[in-house]
Amino acid sequence: MTNWVEVCAADEIDEEDVIRFDHEGRTFAVYRSPDDQFFATDGLCTHEKIHLADGLVMDDIIECPKHNGRFSYKTGEAKGAPVCVNLKTYAVKVEAGSVFISLA
Amino acid sequence: MNATTTKRDYSLLGRDAQAAVESGLAAAEWYHTDIPRKQMKELMRREDGPAIRDTILWLASMVALGGFGILFWGSWWCVPFFLIYGVLYGSASDSRWHECGHGTAFKTRWMNDAVYEIACFMIMRNPVTWRWSHTRHHTDTVIVGRDPEIAVMRPPDLIRILLNFFGILDSSYAMIDMVRNAAGVISAEEKTFIPGQEQPRAIRIARIWLAIYIATSALAITMGSILPLMLIGLPRLYGAWHHVMTGLLQHGGLADNVIDHRLNSRSVYMNPVSRFIYWNMNYHVEHHMFPMVPYHALPQLHEMIKHDLPAPNTSIIDGYREMIPAFLRQLRNEDYFLKRELPPTAKPYRDEFQAEPIAAE
Repeated sequence: MTNWVEVCAADEIDEEDVIRFDHEGRTFAVYRSPDDQFFATDGLCTHEKIHLADGLVMDDIIECPKHNGRFSYKTGEAKGAPVCVNLKTYAVKVEAGSVFISLA
Repeated sequence: MNATTTKRDYSLLGRDAQAAVESGLAAAEWYHTDIPRKQMKELMRREDGPAIRDTILWLASMVALGGFGILFWGSWWCVPFFLIYGVLYGSASDSRWHECGHGTAFKTRWMNDAVYEIACFMIMRNPVTWRWSHTRHHTDTVIVGRDPEIAVMRPPDLIRILLNFFGILDSSYAMIDMVRNAAGVISAEEKTFIPGQEQPRAIRIARIWLAIYIATSALAITMGSILPLMLIGLPRLYGAWHHVMTGLLQHGGLADNVIDHRLNSRSVYMNPVSRFIYWNMNYHVEHHMFPMVPYHALPQLHEMIKHDLPAPNTSIIDGYREMIPAFLRQLRNEDYFLKRELPPTAKPYRDEFQAEPIAAE
């Protein structure tokens, strides 16, 4: 069964940006793409556990702020050194102006 | 000699490496100056323009200077052209390798990668090995036993430092590493920071480079002249002095085993020529604190956070005036270091893992 968890109001995330969302001891990164879609991944870089929400969103890429490792935040794919392990992604929906992620 | 002097073990597989992991110094959470997200995004924003301009200027200058060097070869007139060519080859490549390795110089990925590969060849740093070693350098900056890029270990080996102004030891070790990698051997230390899936590429690149150096040497023998090597290979020696001069200032004489870049890194105001060659890495505290900020935005970042940082050294000479005496004192007491004083506007250093004040002055 899908467990939708409210993250924030949609307008709290700028276009082409990311925010950190902590929930029940876990941390996530929630993104708003340049074409106004929302995505979510695990919040920590798979390389050295740095918060991705402090990184840079460029098109469909999130770049880790510590070592510049790059992932597609849409698919979680690691795009090359120094990141080698993909990010886990989560389904996202927007309802009544709020962003929800699926933690099922 | 201080009776309590701590002998450091810089091996990545040694006593201090294990101690750093056990104490929490390895992969620790480092201090950052607070910057609002909107301003940080502006600073991190990528552009192609500045790096395209600088790269055209860099490579076109090398072509022109190398051309004049060839034209005047055999006369003393070639000397000034090769001296400048050498600095662009053997020193500017250091900063290009570095900045493109971070992926911040250009917005366009393939441009970063292309300049990274060219610069790595010039500076004789395997692009795979050094990408990973530099990753570790940023994770564990000047943590003994963890950071593979500590330029001046304690007690300082002054002869080694002097020889490296002419690239003698660094390039010798680079050649040995290249031949070893080309033979398919990745060392135990390299294996501590290069993931297994990346190691075959390190070997492949070493083989390509070895072929280039063999071809250049063969051409030199055929021509009965060192001219080909003056253009490829030797500039890493005769043009290394500038990158060593600026590189030593990055961390030399400062604290080790701390988790605040304000204590172990040095920012230095420099002349515009050195800043072009060095691609603004003179703002080194700023770079370590925020490696996502491209070189061309570092002056802006410096202005934004300088209230929270120790005052920069006012010139290269000023930096050496404090660093050389510190090296000399470290010969007698390797626990000695220069403690960076913070301005009243700065957040104080945290207590945890900070250097022992007794050893500082």
